[in-house]
Amino acid sequence: MTDYGVAIEQVEAGGRGAVRMFLRNKAATVGLVVFSLIVLITIFGPGLYGTSANKMVARPFLGPGSELAPLLGTDYLGRDILAGIIGGGRATLLVAAVAAAMTMTIGILVGSLAGYFGGWIDALLMRFTEIFQVMPGLLFSMVVIFLLGPGTRNETLAIGLTLWPLAARLARAEFLKLRELEYVKAARAIGCSDLRIMFRTILPNAMPPLLVSATLTVVIAILFHSGLAFLGMVDVNTISWGSMLGKNRGYALTAWWMVFFPGIAIVITGLSISLVGDGLQDAFNPKLRGR
Amino acid sequence: MTALARGIGSRLGQAIGLLLAVVVVVFFLIQIAPGDAALYLAGDQGVGDAEFLAQVRAEYGLDQPLLVQLGTYVGNVAQLNLGESIYFNEPVLGLIVERLFATVLLAGTSLVFAVGVGVAIGVYTARRPESPMSSAATVASLVGFSTPVFYSAIMAIVLFAAKWRLLPVGGIEDVRYNGNWVGETIDLLQHLVLPALSLGIIYLAIYSRLARASMLEVLESDYIRTARAKGAQERVVVYKHALRNAIIPVITAAGLQVGNLLSGALLVEVVFGWPGIGRLAVDSIFRRDTPTLLGIMIFSSAMVIVANLLTDLVYRLIDPRIRVGGSR
Repeated sequence: MTDYGVAIEQVEAGGRGAVRMFLRNKAATVGLVVFSLIVLITIFGPGLYGTSANKMVARPFLGPGSELAPLLGTDYLGRDILAGIIGGGRATLLVAAVAAAMTMTIGILVGSLAGYFGGWIDALLMRFTEIFQVMPGLLFSMVVIFLLGPGTRNETLAIGLTLWPLAARLARAEFLKLRELEYVKAARAIGCSDLRIMFRTILPNAMPPLLVSATLTVVIAILFHSGLAFLGMVDVNTISWGSMLGKNRGYALTAWWMVFFPGIAIVITGLSISLVGDGLQDAFNPKLRGR
Repeated sequence: MTALARGIGSRLGQAIGLLLAVVVVVFFLIQIAPGDAALYLAGDQGVGDAEFLAQVRAEYGLDQPLLVQLGTYVGNVAQLNLGESIYFNEPVLGLIVERLFATVLLAGTSLVFAVGVGVAIGVYTARRPESPMSSAATVASLVGFSTPVFYSAIMAIVLFAAKWRLLPVGGIEDVRYNGNWVGETIDLLQHLVLPALSLGIIYLAIYSRLARASMLEVLESDYIRTARAKGAQERVVVYKHALRNAIIPVITAAGLQVGNLLSGALLVEVVFGWPGIGRLAVDSIFRRDTPTLLGIMIFSSAMVIVANLLTDLVYRLIDPRIRVGGSR
């Protein structure tokens, strides 16, 4: 690729150019393909694989490769580890996705108000944000679940309430920057309402960095959900990757496969999303490539 | 120097305000919780015991108006009274202080390891951006970002403690060294290696990438070109001129991540049976020991606030612009 080509890419990057740049990034494309596969597996996998994650299928403590063992071995109750991973992905991804959506919504609302209006509104909202930043996240979500009671809804709520400050800060910074631009002034001059300017004029232009942040938020939400499930803070009857790690942990010294494979599932999922986020970042902002 | 003192003074005031706000948030969380706050505070003991419930109600002033209750709660915390544990029947603060050393030792070692080694890797790879080591560091940082800390902890135990039997499986001490302080110290360090590494390696991945990015940026700046042009040795340029500026974002991140570090330490403490405040928090949940849990919540927020203050202080020492300008 010549230098001339890079220059053109930089000009184009933003719209269709960004999509092309993303697809030219091999690591990001691999990430996207792997993540799409994982999503498909969590949707259709349990039906196709056929074995229930809760069913005893063989003798307990069978390692992968031993006689009569399923592909990835069995756990302490003789349940198929692979079936657990396929079935457990659904809970993990669903909670993470909803929690991330909630995080971004709260973050964008708070951040856009603070950044757009500035002044005392900004000062007040940022002080408020700071409160949530000094409370250690995992501890805070544990307290929320403890006080509101376990269950998928409260768990998602707890993660969303914990993670929003970063998104708020990012949205605020973008709004602060964009509100000074000509086209925003123009929109104000022709009498657009504040709400219209915030969400129809500024927000679409603030989307690229927020989108990158959203992918990272999904990864963090997966880690949070897994951590909470690992600690046994969530609905004990729902199988997830984190809960498999938590329950099988006691047998890890002799039966490594019980924890190794569920953990790998978390790492691969998180890594594929991170690669997508990285690719998005490079595509939106080619100057930062390789940083 | 007065600017420095004034800057620190104003940050100190903000910090106290912030802690007050945390206490208020915790108070309102208790209010939002469904059911009777007295039942939460009284735990299992209070379920069938009306007399005990009434006693708890009076003790915590739950029969008072909400604002008075809030005042009492904040007043108690201001006097370092975090309430009494239902499980231990001891002041919560004492329980926390007993376990503070273990947590600070674990988190501190991990942090020093992550920042120190991370900056070293960052500087090395920034000077050779096209080397295989550089791409390896980038991949490792993405893997580190996606790996749950309790997973790295469990796998560390499986490999280093169970398979190769190099290090202890868990806990913080071995009884056989009782009384011999040299033995005790070595024993403590042996127990510390695995927990600190499995927590630190996640942050190492993040900081090495951050250090690399900021070093790359600084190395391109005009003053570095000037330094090279005037004939300064490459070593001096990199380690004296560039590093001083490049390290600032790493310190910012490390300071901002202390809350996350404590969250990570909590999980590592559970995996290794490390007797710190994180494990106490998890145990308190299963004992339904609300005062202890909320006390830890407030105390660790205070730790984060103090850490942020220290970061700010380090900033002012490293970067004269902040010291003089006063604007952070």
